[in-house]
Amino acid sequence: MKIRNPKSEIRMMTSGLALAMLGLLAGCSTIAQLGTAVGQATGTLTPEQAASINRSAAAMEKTFQDITPEQEYYIGRSVAATILTTYQPLKQAATTEYLNVLGQTLAMYSDKPETFGGYHFAIMDTDEINAFAAPGGLIMVSRGLLRCCRNEDALAAVLAHEIGHVEKQHGLKAISKGRLTSALTILAVEAGKNLGGQNLAQVTKAFEGSIGDITGTLINTGYTRQLEFQADAAAVVILRRVGYNPEGLVNMLDQMQQTMKPGSHGFGTTHPSPQDRIAALRKTLSAPAAVTAPPARQARFTQAAGKI
Amino acid sequence: MRKILIPMLMLMLGAWPTPSYLGSVVVAAPYGTSVAVLLQQGDWIKVRVAEGQAGWMHQSALTKKRIVMSAGGATAQAGASSEELALAGKGFNSDVEKEFKSQNPNLNFAAVDRMIKTKVSADEMRIFLKAGAVQPAEGGAR
Repeated sequence: MKIRNPKSEIRMMTSGLALAMLGLLAGCSTIAQLGTAVGQATGTLTPEQAASINRSAAAMEKTFQDITPEQEYYIGRSVAATILTTYQPLKQAATTEYLNVLGQTLAMYSDKPETFGGYHFAIMDTDEINAFAAPGGLIMVSRGLLRCCRNEDALAAVLAHEIGHVEKQHGLKAISKGRLTSALTILAVEAGKNLGGQNLAQVTKAFEGSIGDITGTLINTGYTRQLEFQADAAAVVILRRVGYNPEGLVNMLDQMQQTMKPGSHGFGTTHPSPQDRIAALRKTLSAPAAVTAPPARQARFTQAAGKI
Repeated sequence: MRKILIPMLMLMLGAWPTPSYLGSVVVAAPYGTSVAVLLQQGDWIKVRVAEGQAGWMHQSALTKKRIVMSAGGATAQAGASSEELALAGKGFNSDVEKEFKSQNPNLNFAAVDRMIKTKVSADEMRIFLKAGAVQPAEGGAR
């Protein structure tokens, strides 16, 4: 029995099943695969049995990283639909359009410029200071948060922070691993068939659970502080690439600090305090500086979002 | 330059003439298309699509994973891995959304559909940046 080179063992094992095992070879050397390679080398398993076990093991190891852009898009749609049921969208066409031009431009300079369905922005009609980024790029910002912005650079910072959450797939990370395992195991078993009846119901249940995991995190508990700081850091990168002053983010957080009641619903409970976020940002930004926008930029901001 | 074939991950609107999204699309490269890699410059990769036209794509839009476009074909019959099946778009797709929607008729999908309709063109973006005197770093998008 030779187990010093598990990769070659697996290759031998899978020679008759090359197509099926391609994916496993690429991601080699999990414990499960080693186990079956050893088992087969000692003659206790047939190649077919080994392949079957490896397939199941692969299904069990599925994580959010295996969610395709298309699936991410559908998860994001349902997350956004849930949020926009709790928070009604504000029907102010001009402001919404301004938000989309600004936001979609920012997204082009992110580390993930395009997603399956693209980036889209909406305003939530609430005084609460809040914003949500559904997977795939559906971003919703509250009136309360827009009021914390005094200039376009500050608004750009708010949107860039949310784009940061999308880019880093923070929403998908909120899905409990068990749900993906159950959904993807059904799919593995149902190879080659169209989902119907009971299987569709089971996958839909896992889907509903995933939407619940994400919206629960977004609305009630919030991400970890670490993920929020990551999104702030991503925002600074985007702002610099596009040509906005990253001090706009500090500017907005200062304003939020003055407006927000501690423990209030929204960012008051789901985000680190503005002070803490500013402190973290200060490590990467140069000395504090005022944000001065050219007159044309300030004029269009005031026109579109000044009276929100 | 050595060419490597890799299939793409996302629904791309196209390959672009310069390493920037603010250019115009030179050729369409839909979801699942294979492209030949010509060269890489930072996050941007110059690719050639089947018709022979070359353009730039962002690296985040490409994958080395094989994309199975339709389930139930020869690949699935041969025992595709669950990963490949997931890539076939089975699972969380429009059928599942439809089912989810029918179980939750109160959810505001109408607002989501309105959101999805907003699409800003590269021209609009260029005009917006110029009018606001916003000067991108390095003269273009990453």
